[in-house]
Amino acid sequence: MNNAWKIVIGVVIGFVAVFGFPFYYNLGKANVAPKLKYDTPAILEYEKEHGKKECVEPKEFMAKEHMQLLNTWRDEVVRYGQRIYVNSRGESFHISLQNTCLNCHSNKKEFCDKCHNYLAVNPYCFSCHIVPKEKQS
Amino acid sequence: MSINRRQFFRLAGVTAVLGIGGASVLEALTGKGEASSSQTPRFTTDPKGITGKRFGFAIDVGKLKTDEDYQKCFRACNDIHNIPEFGNPKDEVKWIWKDSYEHTFPTVTEDQIMNKELREKQFILLCNHCEQPACVRVCPTQATYKRPDGIVMQDMHRCIGCRFCMAACPFGARSFNYRDPRGKDANGMPFIKKENPQFPTRMIGVVEKCTLCYERLAVGLLPACAEVSNGAIVFGDLGDPNSEVRKVIESSYTIRRKPELGTQPSIYYVIGGRE
Amino acid sequence: MLEKALIGGKRYWLWIGALLVIIGVAMTQYLRQFSYGLGITGLSRDVSWGLYIGQFTFLVGVAASAVMLVIPYYLHDFKKFGKIVILGEFLAVSAVTMCVLFIFVDMGQPMRIMNVVLHPTPNSIMFWDFIVLTGYLILNIVIGWTTLHADKKGVHPPQWVKPLIYLSVPWAVSIHTVTAFLYSGVPGRHFWLTAIMAARFLASAFAGGPALLIILALLVRKLSKFDPGYEPIQALGKIVTYAMFANVFFLGLEIFTAFYSNIPGHMAPIRYLYTGFEGHGKLVSIMWTSSILAVLSLTILVFPALRRNENILVVACVSMFISLWIDKGFGLIVGGFVPNMFEGVTEYWPTAPETMITIGVWAIGFLVLTVLYKVAIAVREEGGYHE
Repeated sequence: MNNAWKIVIGVVIGFVAVFGFPFYYNLGKANVAPKLKYDTPAILEYEKEHGKKECVEPKEFMAKEHMQLLNTWRDEVVRYGQRIYVNSRGESFHISLQNTCLNCHSNKKEFCDKCHNYLAVNPYCFSCHIVPKEKQS
Repeated sequence: MSINRRQFFRLAGVTAVLGIGGASVLEALTGKGEASSSQTPRFTTDPKGITGKRFGFAIDVGKLKTDEDYQKCFRACNDIHNIPEFGNPKDEVKWIWKDSYEHTFPTVTEDQIMNKELREKQFILLCNHCEQPACVRVCPTQATYKRPDGIVMQDMHRCIGCRFCMAACPFGARSFNYRDPRGKDANGMPFIKKENPQFPTRMIGVVEKCTLCYERLAVGLLPACAEVSNGAIVFGDLGDPNSEVRKVIESSYTIRRKPELGTQPSIYYVIGGRE
Repeated sequence: MLEKALIGGKRYWLWIGALLVIIGVAMTQYLRQFSYGLGITGLSRDVSWGLYIGQFTFLVGVAASAVMLVIPYYLHDFKKFGKIVILGEFLAVSAVTMCVLFIFVDMGQPMRIMNVVLHPTPNSIMFWDFIVLTGYLILNIVIGWTTLHADKKGVHPPQWVKPLIYLSVPWAVSIHTVTAFLYSGVPGRHFWLTAIMAARFLASAFAGGPALLIILALLVRKLSKFDPGYEPIQALGKIVTYAMFANVFFLGLEIFTAFYSNIPGHMAPIRYLYTGFEGHGKLVSIMWTSSILAVLSLTILVFPALRRNENILVVACVSMFISLWIDKGFGLIVGGFVPNMFEGVTEYWPTAPETMITIGVWAIGFLVLTVLYKVAIAVREEGGYHE
């Protein structure tokens, strides 16, 4: 097996060539982050009432950590029967992806999907949780 | 990926402070500043929620006269919980249904000279929400577990679809999503005839069953079947000696399914002695 | 050593190629199941486990049977098993691989398999099965590979392997005991609710596994220059005979208890399997095939004169393997679900895609086995062996 090192190098080169494909393919292409829309009727209504748009937690937190928030919400409701979330501003929310989150963010295609598609993630939330139809943009 | 409660609070608390810090810069610029106080987020129950130590039913079969009396209960459950109809017994998903005396109480084997009326009666079947549930004992991921209020819950997010619980449940209370409940049949008809947008559906490959309407109890509503049963299904806390359900059970003749297995079902069938 | 699996004749590559084709076809069926759901199988609300879990159960037995070579060789210094212990260990590796795959294809949400680790649940027997099977797989890979490597160099295996070998003995018993507990621990399934389940599992494992090993050893002799030898095969034949008698005896105990006690629930599944129940009898013919093959194999094995003729011995081993495969890989599981929890009958029969996926998993097992045996045989052919 004197050629072992040649084989190893060959395999490494082959591996990089094949599995690096998505990287070369997208190289140099414009990669613009998606712009999310916060202009659903429910959000505009909220803005009118409160003078600003805000989510259950600050936007920066939601952008980065909404999946942890949703996971925790899920466990609190399903496993511990805790239905109300009192946020860092002291406001209470009825915990429900379907009836609370999607009530404001009734534009799943312009909101959830935009980022998820951009990042090529496919959360299974909506395999069960029903997206409100009439409000879908 | 998954974090626990404490980690979450820490994360949420810290980011909240940072977030509000960032926002106040903006507010200072726009002159709309307001003093915001930050606190650690917390979870709590709905004050309207019904609480108890061990929820259960007393089902008075004598009060169920016509087929419609049964169907009303089944429809109430099916419509609220988005139960699919696959049109074949193989893939069937059911949370509440009815069956004969012999099938409901199979260990009380067919007895030709017993009370005819009782023998020919149809019984409402659903998850027994056992005190010692076999399904919970065998689940490898705690996807099914017993809540402090006695409800045997099914966390469809966590279920891996191994179906050990279906092998373990002595009451045939569990259904598996052999097909996608959101799908359509050969004629293009959706399996879920009319979706209830307030409640989720399930997905392919998970086990489901009656959850004793935990989502309704949490906001102070009775289980859907009990609500429409005209008093045939009495819901309540078996752990509370003064509850109505306890009084019904204590003042009448009741039987439970397969008591010899020691699972301690929380569903009682009233078969006589109740005025 | 693995490079030895890359050198082979035309016949070897044809076999590998055939297995890969089967695996490929099965893969397309699995993808269909993945998107359509387990509704593509014959499983139902009433019979929620079937062929896949049956194969899993049967193969845990095959895996555990390696211990029937390990005990005589390492604990009783039965030198004649020295050259073929590796065949048992590598068979165990292949069998456990298939077990894991059968569990995987049976899952409704296979992508969530890590939930078993993320939410460890010691009160679930499934959790312990996961642990003992993984452990057994690792043990056999490490032991088999290390001892074979030492053989290749003509030296003693390193000292640290010894404790692992001793550990593998109770561990083998544990995998099949825990697997039996999956069934015997659930209330309400009369056919499974029996204290003798684990013992019966072990007996059938120590019959079926070594029977397969005899077949494989004879194949190895025929297809390669490595001869496992006449005497080790005869010794295995004796083990198979005793174990099969124990297994049939245990089955007899089950039948006696059910029918003499006259408890309807206990009799019903046995009736369903062997005579049909309330007009349903899909399994009757194959269960009787299993029984007849069992009697045939025992009739051959019980006479030393017949057993000593390898051509007849192989007939006994093949019939026994098929007999046990039907009994444990199919009847045992379905019998637990019929009659159902309402004493009604829903019958089960696997569908074409389900059967194809099952064959595919077996093909993967054979592929693993072929590659591992190829390496072992190559080492033996080069004369590599050290006592």
